[in-house]
Amino acid sequence: MSVRQTATAVRGRYQPRISLWWWLTKPSYLLFVLRELSSVFIAWFIVFLLLFVRAVYQGEGQYERFLDFAANPFVVFVNLVALAFVLLHTVTWFVLTPQALPLHLRGRRVPGGLIIASQYVGWLVVSAFVFWLVVGW
Amino acid sequence: MADTIAMEVARYQPGEDGAPTMARYDVPLRKDWVVLDGLNYIKDEIDGTVTFRWSCRMGICGSCGMTVNGEPKLTCATFLTDYAPGPVRVEPLANFPVIRDLVVDIDDFLDKLSEVKPWIVRDEAPLSAGEYLQTPEQLEEYRQYSMCINCMLCYSACPVYGLDPEFVGPAAIALAQRYNLDSRDEGAAERLDVLIHPEGLWACTFVGDCTRVCPKHVDPAGAIQRYKLTAALDTLKHYVLPRGGR
Amino acid sequence: MRRRRPVEPLVWLLFSGGGVVTAILVPVLLVLLGLAFPLGWIDPPPYEHIHAVLGHWIARIVLLGLCVLGFVHWAHRFRYTLHEGLKLQRLDAQISLLCYGLALIGSVWAVYILLFTG
Repeated sequence: MSVRQTATAVRGRYQPRISLWWWLTKPSYLLFVLRELSSVFIAWFIVFLLLFVRAVYQGEGQYERFLDFAANPFVVFVNLVALAFVLLHTVTWFVLTPQALPLHLRGRRVPGGLIIASQYVGWLVVSAFVFWLVVGW
Repeated sequence: MADTIAMEVARYQPGEDGAPTMARYDVPLRKDWVVLDGLNYIKDEIDGTVTFRWSCRMGICGSCGMTVNGEPKLTCATFLTDYAPGPVRVEPLANFPVIRDLVVDIDDFLDKLSEVKPWIVRDEAPLSAGEYLQTPEQLEEYRQYSMCINCMLCYSACPVYGLDPEFVGPAAIALAQRYNLDSRDEGAAERLDVLIHPEGLWACTFVGDCTRVCPKHVDPAGAIQRYKLTAALDTLKHYVLPRGGR
Repeated sequence: MRRRRPVEPLVWLLFSGGGVVTAILVPVLLVLLGLAFPLGWIDPPPYEHIHAVLGHWIARIVLLGLCVLGFVHWAHRFRYTLHEGLKLQRLDAQISLLCYGLALIGSVWAVYILLFTG
């Protein structure tokens, strides 16, 4: 697609350039970048989770050591920040789903609010199940 | 209410200015005046050399899109009183080359638009076969996307288009989807060929600002994500069933 | 004429799948493992209990899915964040290699832990 280059090459055109800091210029852009950066904390948590699983598989001593590691104030702090980003991920993901995935029931489009609400219900049910499974009550 | 408001208007003369500069004009502040009325007042009463595009004054033609206080807006539908006490900053649409003052070069958009074949693709039946029938439900499938007036506010809001001019962009993809979803159309495969490459659908990262600024509530961001899902499932089918899967 | 099919759509499917799975599972796991147990809000489960839960093959498969999809989710999003946020389009090939490569290494590590340990 060389059309664009031809257009920009026209003499006398002023070609605006996007600043490196474009994502600070509007609240909606900033929210977008924060949403995308949530993935970094998702990756961090999965590494943390795998370390936990490995410790459990390796025996009771390693399990206790992992719990000590997780109680380190710095690790707790990272996890606290991670929770904020992970919740941002969950909420934005749920909000955007009806836009990307319009559902039809009996020929009528399911309202977006209903899709979002049912995702929250599903989320609560799964979370309660995982809680029960891990904690035991 | 004050009886005037200051408008700061971007001025750019090709061949003379290296970059746009802002000029300040005081225009009457009236309850029923939109930004476009202010610009026409400047052109008629203060400085006849101010250049901008406009036509219908009623949000249909899509010509008068500009950046008003940093946001892409149809200037015929943006009231001056909403910006009182001012000043109101009027600049050309972002992400496009500027030809003069508030006029941008839209050739790139027009090329991309025609690339996605925004018309009904179909092997023509003889006229005697009658018209192509469509139920209200089938119309409803694409009606929202057919509201696009090609005003390019979405391109101006899209950081991906600004950063990567090869990106096909919101309105063109939404219009491709408008025809894909039309029960009379048979061109979906041809459009997918144009849009399945990395600068087509996949460059979009769902910033969503196109949908936020769209004056016609077309939801281009949603259209693109829906299209991605269709294209991805189509590709999966293509890999799983290489022969006869399509 | 049909152009060669890019793999991008398949990566996008994995990214989306990862988005769904992590949105649902990560918050509760993060609250429990990262905050509730270390800060003493809830007593950590006895070793025998957690070992039995994580040793079950269904837990292994579900966690493997979460880890692999989660890593791909990160790789895809982070690639585009670098790409756009830092205007590094010219380095797309290197960035892609780095992001998807790390996701692959992470996935192999997850397979090793979840299927070949304990």
